[in-house]
Amino acid sequence: MTEKRVGRVVKVAGPVVVAEGMAGARMYDVVRVGQLNLIGEIVELRGDTASIQVYEETTGIGPGEPVLDTEASLSVELGPGLIESIYDGIQRPLDALVEREGEFMSRGSDVPGLNREKKWRFKPTVSEGTKVSPGDIIGEVDETTLMVHKIMVPPDISGTIKSISEGEFTVVDTVAVCVAEDGTEHELMMMQRWPVREPRPISRRLAPEKLLVSGQRVVDTFFPITKGGTACVPGPFGTGKTVVQHQLAKWVDADVVVYVGCGERGNEMTDVLTEFPELKDPRSGEPLMRRSVLIANTSNMPVAAREASVYTGITLAEYFRDMGYTVALMADSTSRWAEAMREISTRLEEMPAEEGYPAYLGARIAAFYERAGRVQCLGSPDREGGLSVIGAVSPPGGDLSDSVVQATLHVVKVFWSLKGELAYQRHFPAIDWLTSYSFYKQYLRGCFEDKDQGREMEKMTGAAMGLLEQESELVEIVRLVGAEALSPRDRLALETARSIREDYLHQNAFHEVDTYTSMEKQYEMLKTVLHFHHQGLEAIQAGAETADIFKLAVREDIARAKYVPQEEIDKIRRIRDTIEQQMKPLHSTAASK
Amino acid sequence: MLSVKEYQTVSNIQGPLMMVEMVDEAKYGHIVDIELGDGSIRHGQILQVENDKVLVQVFEGTSGIDVKNSKVRFLARPLEFGVSPDILGRVFSGLGVPKDDGPEIIPEKRLDINGQPINPYGRDYPNEFIQTGISTIDGLNPLVRGQKLPIFSGSGLPHDDLTAQLARQATVLGKGEAFAVVFAAMGITFEAAQFFIDDLHNTGAIERAVMFVNLANDPAIERIATPRFALTAAEYLAYDQGMHVLVILNDMTNYCEALREISAARKEVPGRRGYPGYLYTDLATIYERAGRIKGNKGSITMVPVLTMPEDDKTHPVPDLTGYITEGQIILSRSLARQGVSPPTDVLPSLSRLKDKGIGEGKTREDHASLYNQLYAAYARGKEMQELATIMGEAALSDEDRKYMEFANKFEDRYISQDYYENRSVFQTLDLGWELLSMFDNVDLKRIDLQLIEKYMTKYRTGKSKAKEAAD
Repeated sequence: MTEKRVGRVVKVAGPVVVAEGMAGARMYDVVRVGQLNLIGEIVELRGDTASIQVYEETTGIGPGEPVLDTEASLSVELGPGLIESIYDGIQRPLDALVEREGEFMSRGSDVPGLNREKKWRFKPTVSEGTKVSPGDIIGEVDETTLMVHKIMVPPDISGTIKSISEGEFTVVDTVAVCVAEDGTEHELMMMQRWPVREPRPISRRLAPEKLLVSGQRVVDTFFPITKGGTACVPGPFGTGKTVVQHQLAKWVDADVVVYVGCGERGNEMTDVLTEFPELKDPRSGEPLMRRSVLIANTSNMPVAAREASVYTGITLAEYFRDMGYTVALMADSTSRWAEAMREISTRLEEMPAEEGYPAYLGARIAAFYERAGRVQCLGSPDREGGLSVIGAVSPPGGDLSDSVVQATLHVVKVFWSLKGELAYQRHFPAIDWLTSYSFYKQYLRGCFEDKDQGREMEKMTGAAMGLLEQESELVEIVRLVGAEALSPRDRLALETARSIREDYLHQNAFHEVDTYTSMEKQYEMLKTVLHFHHQGLEAIQAGAETADIFKLAVREDIARAKYVPQEEIDKIRRIRDTIEQQMKPLHSTAASK
Repeated sequence: MLSVKEYQTVSNIQGPLMMVEMVDEAKYGHIVDIELGDGSIRHGQILQVENDKVLVQVFEGTSGIDVKNSKVRFLARPLEFGVSPDILGRVFSGLGVPKDDGPEIIPEKRLDINGQPINPYGRDYPNEFIQTGISTIDGLNPLVRGQKLPIFSGSGLPHDDLTAQLARQATVLGKGEAFAVVFAAMGITFEAAQFFIDDLHNTGAIERAVMFVNLANDPAIERIATPRFALTAAEYLAYDQGMHVLVILNDMTNYCEALREISAARKEVPGRRGYPGYLYTDLATIYERAGRIKGNKGSITMVPVLTMPEDDKTHPVPDLTGYITEGQIILSRSLARQGVSPPTDVLPSLSRLKDKGIGEGKTREDHASLYNQLYAAYARGKEMQELATIMGEAALSDEDRKYMEFANKFEDRYISQDYYENRSVFQTLDLGWELLSMFDNVDLKRIDLQLIEKYMTKYRTGKSKAKEAAD
């Protein structure tokens, strides 16, 4: 290896270190700082002095210590072994670190992202003599029972395959040799590297048109997200942002889930770690961990690595997308990422924009979400991949005028607004139906094989939303003049709206059955709730008292429909018959009066 | 041991900060001793080094320090606390110096007070229910070992009584394991600190307690180190000695103000309300030290107390705390005025880790459904209470009035509790059922019917008999 550039530290202020003698270094080069060998990244260059954000605690570093320029930008290792891993913000495997250094994080550790010893069975999918270009799939590895890992030609290599072999290899063994047109030979291994701050190349972008089904009723029915779509979940603390994120990570119908815990609670990450291996994927019955990659940079871990963690996460996600998979990335919380940016910016003494955030905050957030999308992947065979990004935002005091929320709303297409009042009533998920929105609503009908059913579902969601809006107006009237002043029809509307809220939108994430609701069951449930409304309207027409309608025993069945398991879904259909049976006598008593 | 270098090159002193020049070999984060002209010693920590210039924050404040005669010694180590089992039962200053009449501590080892972050993979998920004997906590916001659950209070609200009750009564069901209390006082009054110490004395718990006391008239900058000393002691007791440690940090608002003072003196770009932009990160390095570790017996459970300026939950200190801690117990001034004591504002209070700590085998199978139902009913009842104050009770429908009545009873019997009343979790659960028995099944949507049958029946039979008699 050539002689690496070595500078010396002149200033240390928290996570920012300034070094001189760094002439020739490039922005975002990774450096090793001091005797402790801390990992850092160059974020500013002035003449031959470089400002470095250090990914580890800097106590004990002082002027005069060496700074080594690795002359490479912050990159991640991509290849078999990513799935089921848990990494810190700069792709150091946390499980390997515990084994090596114990339960507390020490500094200067250097563990590669991919296990170098583990052997994988590589099966070529192309033969010798095949012409390959960047992104072409040359082989496969069964990484987990849920995951076939496609080995692709790195983005900077093309040529003819000279040799390729099947067998057991580590990620750094040569599996194929590729001869470029100019005759140079490239040894291809299963692992490749990619700089995290740069989007991975694609062939072209497509409009996201397919729903990413999450099994969460309020999400799927009212505010759906698509494969390749973007969403944000802002809300004050205690409104269940993390539970929403966890629920999505567990149940979305994606092939791969990348979960980035960015500056959040350690115990929450532990929860994910203990829960995912136990939870079963509703489609395959396999543990959910077999399709997940976790990145945990908790709030007490160094702030600069937090800044990097979302980039690390999205680069891994893009890599799986390039294989032709649907990937969902959850980032909890992007506010912590923004705060990390602000902290570094302050230490660099940059001129702040709003609330002390750097002026480039909006641009960085937009660029991050723009890495999502449904794409035509690079290379052959032809394949489509999708990357959905769901970012939690934690605005101070729950104030939606916060810079991070506003910058995020600027780019995302789905907005799930979490409301404190709902959370206090323990209405979860506390997604406010009046202020949330989704630009992907029109794709809801595509979820149903039966076109009529799809259209009906669309109509029903419209009707249900209408009732909820009506409720918000009626509640104002009730506040002013009392419930007695309402007409029977309005009273029924209020009751049905309540039923939609409590029996349909409210969903218990910790209930075995209720935690996931299939599209089919959502359809049946909503239909049943609205059926009661229509039958009620008819009964009122026939002269029945609203009080009698509200007292019908069937309402308890409607309320408990959410706990009916998928296999017994017929039971929900039968509730509709019961509604009719119980509603009938009201007609006749009314008539006899 | 490295030779300690001494400098007489203090150039500027400003607020709590001091600049020393022509220093070599200074390291970020290390500590210094400052010898004043009269021979007294102060302590400081390096905040920034730039070439040969060193910026030092002085814990005891800079009054009386002069530029000419002060000598600064660079000790080439971070701030450390000498631990040994003997720290139990002792009282220390906010900088970890013994403050009682006891002997010097002979340390078993010296630990960096900043600790090290726990690797998330090395954590064990907190799931052991702690019975506090307080209904609003046990029944509605259960605390588990390894959790950090702050109390958001306001000036004049009885958070001291509540924390003392918590320290007095907290036990794990059916286990008699070694426990300890670590109490860090930051800028609170002598009275408040003494109340707590006396309470520990009276119950005999003082033998198992370690106190770090920085009172309102002690140097403010020292407060920045106080919680870190406390947590270093707690980590030692928990992970080295295998004890279950309850850490009480009182009052975090004062800590944050000290941090703001330093930040202002450094002329940093302020975030909200003048607090530094890194307040979140800084608080996280304190709060995240609570937890449990795989394969280790001990645990650290943390109850930070903070007073919300103007009772404002969106103030940066409670706000950022709430984003880090696993829930919060909020005290309400309006409940306190109504005479509800402790005035726990149940609706916005929350324990995030409750779900894994309760249920069959931990508390009882009905616990989760029960608190969900209680919450929903109380929320509705609370709404009706408000409506009744606007429009008069007569405007409410019968059903609405029933909910209001429930809310009143709930505040009167469930939330209210004497500070010396220790209710078992089962008593708390049964009380919940008893209060809910005024509703019909159709109103109890959040509870499975079997559970209603099993636990509610005994409260209902009385009611239906009375009804029959009336008919």
